[in-house]
Amino acid sequence: MTELDVAQEFAYAPAPESRALVRIRDEYGLFIGGEFVEGTGEPFATVDPATEERLATVATASAADVDRAVQAARAAHNRVWGPMPGAERAKYLFRLARILQERARELAVLESIDNGKPIRESRDVDVPLAAAHFFYHAGWADKLGYAGLGADPKPLGVAGQVIPWNFPLLMLSWKIAPALACGNTVVLKPAETTPLTALLFAEICQQADLPAGVVNIVTGAGDTGRSLISHPDVDKVAFTGSTEVGRSIAQTVAGTSKKVTLELGGKAANIVFADSPVDQAVEGIVNGIFFNQGHVCCAGSRLLVEESVHDEVIERLQQRMGTLRVGDPLDKNTDIGAINSAEQLAKIRRLSAVGEAEGAQRWSPACQLPERGYFFAPTLFTGVSQAHRIAREEIFGPVLSVLTFRTPDEAVAKANNTPYGLSAGVWTEKGSRILWMAARLKAGVVWANTFNRFDPASPFGGYKESGYGREGGRHGLAGYLRPSPGGASPAGAGVRA
Amino acid sequence: MSRVEVRKTYKLFIGGAFPRSESGHSYEVCTHAGTFVANAARATRKDVRDAVSAATKAQPGWAGRTAYNRGQILYRVAEMLEDRRDQFVAQVLAAEGGNRRRAQQQVDASIDRWVWYAGWADKLAQVIGSANPVAGPYFDFSLPEPTGVIGVIAPQRSSLLGLVSVLAPVVVTGNTAVLVSSFERPLPALTLAEVLATSDLPGGVANVLSGPVSELLPWLAEHTGVAGLDLTGVDDAEMATDGERQAAVNLKRVRRAPASEPRWLDEPDLSAMTTFVETKTVWHPMGV
Repeated sequence: MTELDVAQEFAYAPAPESRALVRIRDEYGLFIGGEFVEGTGEPFATVDPATEERLATVATASAADVDRAVQAARAAHNRVWGPMPGAERAKYLFRLARILQERARELAVLESIDNGKPIRESRDVDVPLAAAHFFYHAGWADKLGYAGLGADPKPLGVAGQVIPWNFPLLMLSWKIAPALACGNTVVLKPAETTPLTALLFAEICQQADLPAGVVNIVTGAGDTGRSLISHPDVDKVAFTGSTEVGRSIAQTVAGTSKKVTLELGGKAANIVFADSPVDQAVEGIVNGIFFNQGHVCCAGSRLLVEESVHDEVIERLQQRMGTLRVGDPLDKNTDIGAINSAEQLAKIRRLSAVGEAEGAQRWSPACQLPERGYFFAPTLFTGVSQAHRIAREEIFGPVLSVLTFRTPDEAVAKANNTPYGLSAGVWTEKGSRILWMAARLKAGVVWANTFNRFDPASPFGGYKESGYGREGGRHGLAGYLRPSPGGASPAGAGVRA
Repeated sequence: MSRVEVRKTYKLFIGGAFPRSESGHSYEVCTHAGTFVANAARATRKDVRDAVSAATKAQPGWAGRTAYNRGQILYRVAEMLEDRRDQFVAQVLAAEGGNRRRAQQQVDASIDRWVWYAGWADKLAQVIGSANPVAGPYFDFSLPEPTGVIGVIAPQRSSLLGLVSVLAPVVVTGNTAVLVSSFERPLPALTLAEVLATSDLPGGVANVLSGPVSELLPWLAEHTGVAGLDLTGVDDAEMATDGERQAAVNLKRVRRAPASEPRWLDEPDLSAMTTFVETKTVWHPMGV
């Protein structure tokens, strides 16, 4: 029986999650000072990338709206949230964590509808981790004197936070949970293609009776983000997104006293040695690049395989890729959902075409893509050299470039041959080699014999042009606190005295 | 007839050697009171490049030393400085003015600061590193690692203590440094280079340039081989802002200029070290 026959004999019946679990409103306003208000900018539509249908019309925050939001955050910081004892702040964060857990299913469905990611991932990764981030940071709120930042570290004030579309709710939690735990108030701008879970989170803030103005959500595109980041009354800028925008933010804040953390792009090497457990490695490679359609800043987009096992690894990888199911994000069997936007799909197509034109060999499994929506088949490029653009540029899609190496030194040199430095993977059964490699890889996170693991207790962030500062763990708190005398700043906390 | 004094030519310190500026340019250095003391080399863009290239070459080896070894070498710097205490007192007195007692206090504090930082070499990772209790069968730990080559603008007024307070914290963690000395008071820095050269500090770990900050800062800030920039010694706000903006070219880690002159005699906090280290987090599954 050929592989295709197996697939037909044992085809999965569709197992769609119900859309009825969420009520999407036709129009959304901004969330400022604890209330939904109209925006004065030109409203925009957010679409379901799996169907290309309009989901809702969302307000755009103008510079004046952003100013109102910052004022609301400032007032809440000065009057309520700043003076509140940590133990009381903690209870609000615990409340938020609990409501996120209670409404997990609804959030997961909404996330998959607005973003296009498989329900399996939004249900099992995004939403549980988002709740975990609030739960973890809640516990810090009354223990900040133990964070290594002096006995009595102080909040910075108002945080302006701009997040991307790849993990909308999870990135919101990475930003809001530590900021609130440390006594700051926030104005957060979600990405323009994925604003809906942030707006549902605004309702959750209301349900939790979070004091008005502690969390403000302003929707819009780049202009809204720029207004927020350059606002003179914002004390802290936290950004996750492209290196290009990160660079312009670093320029914008020059000469101010704003504290900045930037979590930017990546082009991670996933390094497979000949002695690695191949089955596990193949799972790790697949998880590394096809998780979330490859819309992951730390995706293992460059596979470095030891030459002697190249053919074996590629063969098994192709077999495994043949079993990936691409399609309806709400189907519980789906492995790869929709690309988030038409724009992103065009970019992935363009860079893949460049890969072919530059001479790399392109391969995708036989898979039928839905007729509507933004979909892209999992794609493998072999015969890739370090000079190829698909080995240098962040594609941010389900496209894997394969390179080879002969020695550990060569693997390290190739892995580090990029301006990025967010993450790396190492697969080998030899413990001493793992530690040797981990010490040499210029990356903020090194996954050994695993990939794409995240936890609120684990600091995350980049080297080099992947940004500065850390999110998560004790280290992440430093991005939201002013040390008191005698306090140290944990490494790489983006502390700019 | 009295003996004619042999005067010293002050040169740059690049890659463990003492070159004149490649341009041959120099500028006059005077005492606090305004008397001519020496001609100092006026570093150029090419000198900045050479220094960055020497620092880049030296960095992996220096970071690869054990922390214990780096600590011993920094302590050795203190030993050599102590040995030449009188010379430094005279130079600090000439450069900064004030009385001899003040100059002695500055030099003593500078020696002690090397000792303080030497001790941090094998302790920082324990203080700011962590094992992270993740919710799964993984061992997960975070450790500080050096950022790379750091450009350092040394304080303009505190010619030795201020300089040591920005240089030692950068190199102790395994970074290498390209340091621009005080423009008007460069001699303690250039003499310190002689101490560094004889303290087992590998060539290229610390490089010292003298010259106008307004010229040298942009070259350092724009250089993509430089991974971090300490603006402590930039006393012009506009120049500091420009430097920070230029540093965004490769997202350099920036330590901003302080709002007012730091009290250099106070015990430092860790920020001079922690601004120029990266946290690396490593995950590994646990299982049989």
